[in-house]
Amino acid sequence: MSFGLTILLDGLAFGMILFLISVGLTITMGLMRVVNLAHGAFAMVGGYVAAVLTADGVNYFLAVLAGMIAAGIAGGVCEVTLYRPLYRKGELAQVLLTIGLAFVAIAALTLVFGTNYKTVALPDYLESPVDLGFRVYPAYRLFLIAVGLALAAVLWVVIDGSLFGARLRAAVDNRKMAISVGIDVNWLFTITFVGGSALAGLGGAIGAGMLPLEAFYPLRYLVLFLVVVIVGGEGSFKGSFLAALALGIIDTLGKYFLPEFAAFVLYSVVILLLLWRPHGLVPPKAVA
Amino acid sequence: MTDRAAAPGLAAVRAPAAGRWLAWAGHVTPWVIAIIVFFTAGGYLSLGTNALIMILFAMSLDLALGYAGIVTLGQAAFFGIGAYAAGILAVNVTADPTAGLVFGTVVAALFGLFTGALILHTRGVTLLMMTLAILTLLFEVANQAGSLTGGDDGLHGIRMDRVLGLFRFDLWGKTAYLYTLVVLFGWFLVAWRVVRSPFGRSLDGIRQNPKRMRAIGTPVWWRLLAVYSLSAAMAGTAGALSAQTTQFVGLNTLGVFLSGIVAVMLVLGGTRRIYGAFVGAVIYVVVQDYASKINPYYWMFIVGAMLIAVVLFLESGLMSLVDAARQRIERALGGPGAR
Repeated sequence: MSFGLTILLDGLAFGMILFLISVGLTITMGLMRVVNLAHGAFAMVGGYVAAVLTADGVNYFLAVLAGMIAAGIAGGVCEVTLYRPLYRKGELAQVLLTIGLAFVAIAALTLVFGTNYKTVALPDYLESPVDLGFRVYPAYRLFLIAVGLALAAVLWVVIDGSLFGARLRAAVDNRKMAISVGIDVNWLFTITFVGGSALAGLGGAIGAGMLPLEAFYPLRYLVLFLVVVIVGGEGSFKGSFLAALALGIIDTLGKYFLPEFAAFVLYSVVILLLLWRPHGLVPPKAVA
Repeated sequence: MTDRAAAPGLAAVRAPAAGRWLAWAGHVTPWVIAIIVFFTAGGYLSLGTNALIMILFAMSLDLALGYAGIVTLGQAAFFGIGAYAAGILAVNVTADPTAGLVFGTVVAALFGLFTGALILHTRGVTLLMMTLAILTLLFEVANQAGSLTGGDDGLHGIRMDRVLGLFRFDLWGKTAYLYTLVVLFGWFLVAWRVVRSPFGRSLDGIRQNPKRMRAIGTPVWWRLLAVYSLSAAMAGTAGALSAQTTQFVGLNTLGVFLSGIVAVMLVLGGTRRIYGAFVGAVIYVVVQDYASKINPYYWMFIVGAMLIAVVLFLESGLMSLVDAARQRIERALGGPGAR
């Protein structure tokens, strides 16, 4: 029983990180149909900034916030300079440019920081375990779950409840119609891209304990982020939340019971799932 | 007539004599260069062999991605599986190069057939993600099966017998170069024939509008599966050649970076023109030889920057410049392009 709960908590913590990092990707791929393979690079930027700052003794939360802002700025700059010309081009051009961007980010960070793993130093109260009654559990993972739930709630309110969210949903569902009724989709997308990158940066920074930071980060976890988006259903926030949690739990189960074959378990489930529901758990409206 | 197909959008029919002459010159040039390289490269001959292998690899991607429009980042899976298959066969069973070549090709083709059957129902990002997932899975397999593949250390101890029992692999890589060149030429003829066949034309149609092709009765899925397997076989041959000529297979043959590299080569030269792979791969291999001596990560930076630059500034590849030059020559010779 308590073992099952532990796996559940571990899976949830991992799933939350996946959700935080992938939600920006869901928005960009759903809204602008841009295949953004460089998304992990923004998460990495956030993580590295936080790692460098905490190493200098900066407060953990300030460092994470700085990482988030840095990732947001990086995302904004790339959106305006590189992604804008890309919207009208085909999938292949998008794939090539964004994977190229990921290579550039990897190489640049390696040239500056070397190939060693970077750690984001946690404050003492997150480092220490907490007694949950049925077992002692790392506070850090509870913190991840809490942050993930809180942000999911905030996103829910913003996307389902605000005018901004309504415009965003309108643009996701029918971009041309949204433009016709006077929504500035380009501007909307820049803001959303910055927001998505900042969330990725946040995920990269606070998730460093579960997805270790190293130079090949954007490629190593790329498939995982894409899986969340696609299994969830392109452009669906609810879907990617569900998918992230489900994949987090499945991966954790795999790592506990078949440690050698964890990757096989995860990807086999994904492939079967997509054979069953090719458009994801919550399919986009256009195909539903 | 074949050249109009290679470059749709070129000015219509050209003057028979001048056009045919130029086309023949275009066909002969790369192979003459390849033979000149054999006699003049000296210590750089192994680099030449590597370039030939990469040409074959890029050509395989051109079939799937260029002609059929299957957006994949998993092409390295077939290269790697061909390399490991040929390498493992050489270490454990027989050191005959032909057997290894065939084995690597067949295993890669079957793997392409199997995975293609699974994933070619999907399109776009989902398909892309599936190709990446399969590549990741294979990487894990090769990493875990250390007793067979050498795991992280790579596969060592590949010995090669004489090619066809006649030609020994020499220290200077002369046999390796000619062996690779002959295999490349064989595959080139196949590719050239395939893309100009009705089958190849139907791939063009599928790339541009799969729904319409289905509506007019083309078995889209089967066609895609066929070209995907053919492309896998070709990439498998390239991998097998790489294993046999370098006598080593590393885990990086199953990496996403290799998929990215081959995409750079193809796009740099130009997709959907077969010879694009030649131009792109040669430039890539030569530049890489200089740059990676400085620092491998510096090299990764250049590859990334090249990808970005090609997409933004030279979408139809370097061969489009050749087209432009040829049009000019033809115009000067007074062909119909003169209008």
